[in-house]
Amino acid sequence: MTDLKEELKAKIIEQLNLEDVAIEEIADKDPLFGEGLGLDSIDALELIVMLDKDYGIKLADPKEGRAIFESVETMASYISEHRK
Amino acid sequence: MSTVFINSVGSVSAQKTFDGTTFLEEVAIYNDTVIRVIDPDYKSYIPPAAARRMAKGIKMSTVSSNTALKEAGLERVDAIVVGTGLGCIGDSEKFVSAIIDNKEQFLTPTRFIQSSHNTVSGQIAMAIGCKGYNFTYVHSSISFESSLLDALIQLKNGEASNVLVGGVDELVDHHVDTHRLIKHIKAEPVDSSQLLQSGTEGCVMAEGAHFFVLSNQKQTSTYAELAGVRTFNTLSENKIGEKVSVFLSENGLTVGDIDLVISGNNGDIAFDGYYQTLADDLFGDTPQAYYKHLSGEFDTASGFALWLAAKIIKTQTVPDVVRLNHLQAPKLKNILLYNQYRGENHSLTLLRKC
Amino acid sequence: MGVISAIGNNVRENYGALVAGRTGISRITHIDTVHKNDIMVGEIPTDNAKLEEQLGLPRDSWSRTALLGAIAAQEAVHQAGISDINDARTGLISGTTVGGMDKSEQYFYDYFENDRAWHHINGLHAGDSTRKIASKLGLEESFATTISTACSSAANAIMLGARMIKSGQLDRVVVGGTDSLSKFTINGFKTLMILSDTYNTPFDDKRKGLNLGEAAAYLVLESPALVEKENRTVLGYIKGFGNANDAFHQTASSDNGDGAVLAMEKALKIAGLTPDKVDYINAHGTATPNNDLSEGRAMLRIFDKKVPEFSSTKAYTGHTLAVAGAIEAIYSVLALQNNVVYPNLNFKNPMQEFELLPQTELVRKELNVVLSNSFGFGGNCTTLLFSKEV
Repeated sequence: MTDLKEELKAKIIEQLNLEDVAIEEIADKDPLFGEGLGLDSIDALELIVMLDKDYGIKLADPKEGRAIFESVETMASYISEHRK
Repeated sequence: MSTVFINSVGSVSAQKTFDGTTFLEEVAIYNDTVIRVIDPDYKSYIPPAAARRMAKGIKMSTVSSNTALKEAGLERVDAIVVGTGLGCIGDSEKFVSAIIDNKEQFLTPTRFIQSSHNTVSGQIAMAIGCKGYNFTYVHSSISFESSLLDALIQLKNGEASNVLVGGVDELVDHHVDTHRLIKHIKAEPVDSSQLLQSGTEGCVMAEGAHFFVLSNQKQTSTYAELAGVRTFNTLSENKIGEKVSVFLSENGLTVGDIDLVISGNNGDIAFDGYYQTLADDLFGDTPQAYYKHLSGEFDTASGFALWLAAKIIKTQTVPDVVRLNHLQAPKLKNILLYNQYRGENHSLTLLRKC
Repeated sequence: MGVISAIGNNVRENYGALVAGRTGISRITHIDTVHKNDIMVGEIPTDNAKLEEQLGLPRDSWSRTALLGAIAAQEAVHQAGISDINDARTGLISGTTVGGMDKSEQYFYDYFENDRAWHHINGLHAGDSTRKIASKLGLEESFATTISTACSSAANAIMLGARMIKSGQLDRVVVGGTDSLSKFTINGFKTLMILSDTYNTPFDDKRKGLNLGEAAAYLVLESPALVEKENRTVLGYIKGFGNANDAFHQTASSDNGDGAVLAMEKALKIAGLTPDKVDYINAHGTATPNNDLSEGRAMLRIFDKKVPEFSSTKAYTGHTLAVAGAIEAIYSVLALQNNVVYPNLNFKNPMQEFELLPQTELVRKELNVVLSNSFGFGGNCTTLLFSKEV
């Protein structure tokens, strides 16, 4: 699980082109959207593609993403449960 | 009808124009078939969070439009009008190749969003919180002039007081490679100081972003008056003189009143004849200048010409590097810009000292 | 006026489908996309070969965007009774988002294999479709330009045309837009997750997104002086126009529809009309969750609680992107001419956020003023007002 979280942090930084953010700066429970990393709805769509491409998880409705992408921790637990 | 003033300029081009304090004192010489802009330090203009999704075209436009807004002393404008031949074509290309390469799977939205032609004007509006009129023109070599004309109408009719007008295009691989195939780009490199003597077909393709604040109020930063803009979708060589004469007379001028003609010669032997014809027919005794050896050719390269003309009027000097003949006017009051690309989309723009 | 869309190849056919409640939404047939079973589209049944035949062009010479545009523009010029397009100061202003993308995506790599499709290389320029339409109309030495403000492009083309005539720059102008379906837009909208997998349902609580459509639509605008000189039959008047930017998000509208409110306010102001004079609203109504909520709220802000009859015709045609503003301008003028409000097809469930019900049945009533909205990516919002009388 720890590995997965670290992997996710690296992927988020790469996929979303967060050049100025280091892996260490993202805590597991930091909110990704709004006040935390400051991601927006376009980033959410990028993350949905990442779930599909890298973990085989398909979301049909972007609204489902809200709870899943709350933090790296929530993402990791969702992925561990649903990955193929 | 209000008079329309050019109150500020901003430029990111193949010359070091992003630094508004200089005026072609140093000139970058190229020997290539394509040339890129001299990049400003984008990071000092754009915060990383905002820059992370920005295509090159947006970055160049952000710097160029910021420069123009700052010089005009404005944080907001009434309208934003942008011209671009191809928009952020780099992202369009990447999205198309991803569609093909990934067989329409695992595509992400960012590139698609940036590839919308109006992304530059939209992002500037978002950045400065401008809820006013917002337009994007995409018509080859008159994309920029369409924007100028739109702003001119608004300002003359009092529909707006300050309008941010710009032109932007970026240079990207697939576009360059395909245009090499059809010989729109020169096959052999040419030294930029010898551009008009190349004797070959095609142009040296480039990129750039030029923004201006046009206003119906004169202020200390004012460069010149934008007196008129006219475009023609088609025009034969033998009709140019007639159209220019009519355009000048509509603006209360004759050929003798023009102190400098700035032409869009790009060294393409197939199409530079248009400029020669105009020079021979009407402007044999008029000082002439050119600029595409400095800016390269792109759909909104005429933005560089407007930048050049505005600077010339304000400083009352014509840099030697742009002179096309040895004639000199005692004063620089009226400047005419003429541009066309591959014999189509001709434009005439008139600037006046004020 | 001239139009070609999923519900008809000309103005008459489009009107027939509108009053008959006949949708043009179907599965996609002309483009081989992996998403063909997941999406529905407003596709024009006529294939490129037939369109080229109709225009007297060789096979595979133009992009579908240019083909559709030329057909609709020709119909418009013909209907206006113009024999020589250059007999007055005439302009052409066309809106497009994809331009020649259909060909660019088809030959993206082929260009480097052989020269068979090299004539399409320059077609990627959005302005190239306008250039081709101008050549078909025989328009020379004139003002011709292209606007690309996403889904408000043609609405803005109409607005600019009206302004050019008003300011005395032109006597006549052909305005409108053209866009064909392409893998580019299908996949682009797919990544935004706003494509419905079934028939789009504007203003319905359970709406699932939009259906992409393709179309071309043009109108001929003429100055009062030219109308008088040529003794023309006037189909309708452009009474007002307003353009504003939402300045909120690259692809989404603000929650309260600020940009839309500003655009409608400006249009009403220019028209010198109060909101109660509007008899029918042809809404943008794309059937995405975001648009219909934002637009609905904007309508409530402008019209208070007295929103006039409104409907979205996207359930007929799909969202025709750049063309939406022009095709809906034509539908608005047809509504005025025939005193008819078109039904908002597929509506079942009122939205929870407000009490707004679109018109679901065909209504015949006296119409004097119709308002048409078009909104696009990049925050672009445009409102046009059409009237029966000057």
